[in-house]
Amino acid sequence: MAIVFEKTKGLTDKPTHYCPGCTHGIIHRLVAEVMEEMDLLDEAIGVAPVGCSVLAYDYFNVDMHEAAHGRAPAVATGIKRVHPKNFVFTYQGDGDLASIGTAEIVHAAHRGERFTTIFVNNAIYGMTGGQMAPTTLIGQKTTTSPYGREEATTGKPIKMSEMLATIDGAKFVERVAVNTPANIRKAKKAIREAFKVQLEGKGFGIVEILSTCPTNWGLTPVEAMKWLEKDMIPYYPLGNFKKPEEVE
Amino acid sequence: MTKVLMKGNEAVGAAAIAAGCHYFFGYPITPQSEVPEYMSRELPKVGGAYVQAESEVAAINMVYGAAGSGARVMTSSSSPGIALKQEGISYCAGAELPCVIVDMMRGGPGLGTIQPAQSDYFLATRGGGNGDYRLIVLAPADVQELVDLVMEGFDLADLYRTPVMILGDGMIGQMMEPVEFRYQARTDLPEKDWATRGKGKGKQRNVINSLYLQAEELEKHNHHLQAKYAKIRENEKKVEEYNIEGADIVITAYGTTSRIAKTAIAKLEKEGYKVGMIRPISLYPFPNEAYEKIGDDCKGVLTVEMSTGQMIDDVKLSLQGRIPTYFHGRSGGMVPEPEEIVEKVKEILGGDK
Repeated sequence: MAIVFEKTKGLTDKPTHYCPGCTHGIIHRLVAEVMEEMDLLDEAIGVAPVGCSVLAYDYFNVDMHEAAHGRAPAVATGIKRVHPKNFVFTYQGDGDLASIGTAEIVHAAHRGERFTTIFVNNAIYGMTGGQMAPTTLIGQKTTTSPYGREEATTGKPIKMSEMLATIDGAKFVERVAVNTPANIRKAKKAIREAFKVQLEGKGFGIVEILSTCPTNWGLTPVEAMKWLEKDMIPYYPLGNFKKPEEVE
Repeated sequence: MTKVLMKGNEAVGAAAIAAGCHYFFGYPITPQSEVPEYMSRELPKVGGAYVQAESEVAAINMVYGAAGSGARVMTSSSSPGIALKQEGISYCAGAELPCVIVDMMRGGPGLGTIQPAQSDYFLATRGGGNGDYRLIVLAPADVQELVDLVMEGFDLADLYRTPVMILGDGMIGQMMEPVEFRYQARTDLPEKDWATRGKGKGKQRNVINSLYLQAEELEKHNHHLQAKYAKIRENEKKVEEYNIEGADIVITAYGTTSRIAKTAIAKLEKEGYKVGMIRPISLYPFPNEAYEKIGDDCKGVLTVEMSTGQMIDDVKLSLQGRIPTYFHGRSGGMVPEPEEIVEKVKEILGGDK
């Protein structure tokens, strides 16, 4: 019988610990598929810091580093300087990248480090049980913003892609979402282009992926997809902020 | 090999490169800035990489990435910067990553001062970061020994898969002395088949990690680390001993302070006092057996430090209450004078020679 579909070789057979309806699974698969399609599995070195994806070293079928909270871009810098010819990526959440690791991501981009960051933004701290993140929307209730996030005391949600796009060393910046089949296809294309920017030695690349957290949002998976579309996308507009001309 | 005159901090860089370290991640802080300056100048010449990190926190995490990738790698700083690095040092210890960390100590706490001190002894030997771990801690007393210990430090780090700290102070870092690069590298170092180079190059997929969510597994990992530290205690103690047997008093000090103590001992000997000395070179593992050689009739052991009293805890643990202990320390960047030590000894002995 002819094989019409196979699981990507970029993922191990280990069952993931992610909650039902969480879109980490989709994003893992996209990253793994693109690595396989671009023939990167033998040379890839990934970094997964503290957060829901800290166990990603069990799932991506490539060499991996677990890293401290927020420090993945620094760890990836060390890896890439030692192995400049290897493909290196970080896989970071929004609590990690947009809060405790802002210095590391800004300066990795600033130095134009030749690695790629997959930035999973679900507007909340997932692993620790649903606390407010810098990316949490105004009015959004979390365990540390029980009355809803308030601008007067916590500021507005931080837009990392817009900020990083202002940095010269960042050569590819795009925000995508994984809420519909069409958006998933666009996300995969963005990941492929960002990887290409690294392989061509052009500089730093980041793909921000709007993701759901049904468990901590207190919604069903279907409601969570709707919330992402109706509430997150209007504040975090999708699209490419920056890319080298050649990959356009 | 002819000797060359080098400043301590530059000698650190030269020794590291001679030991095959081609990667350095650092951040400026007085009194160690000559280390990153030297590395930024010399590493490109050997095809290595110098990265000036955005912070000490980032620098040690770059070290984590480079060490996990199989490279010899170093970072350096001074006390407040070393405090910032503790997160990454703990991760390196947990993930068993070999690396060398240089601390040219200055006075504290807080921002303290830029003058030399020895007040990071606890931080270095007790594990300044979270969790049950130890570092190999080596304390040079002159620039030649600094060179030797940096070079040996890389071998020990690789041999035991553990971070090694070189604990100097602002004085050692800033002084110039003649040095030669004479250390003979060990030939029994294991292959780094655990390092990430891309799984196509290795025998298996490699993961650098310090996370063990199952309590049973983390306890097992901790027992594995403790067994390694036991082996280090068995094999890697370094100490200089002088006239311990029959001494009326034994002075113990490390690093810069040990040199001042030696001057004091020479003066005391001229006056007829019988003074011995123990200079720990490895602070972890602490050379406790040296203290066991002190005779029961010894009138006291005087610990001298540029701190308010830190190493003295290990001295007391080694003596187990057998002999009275005394302390003389200066802190805040003040350096003890030999005369102060002479006076302290006379005070302890009460004029008995």
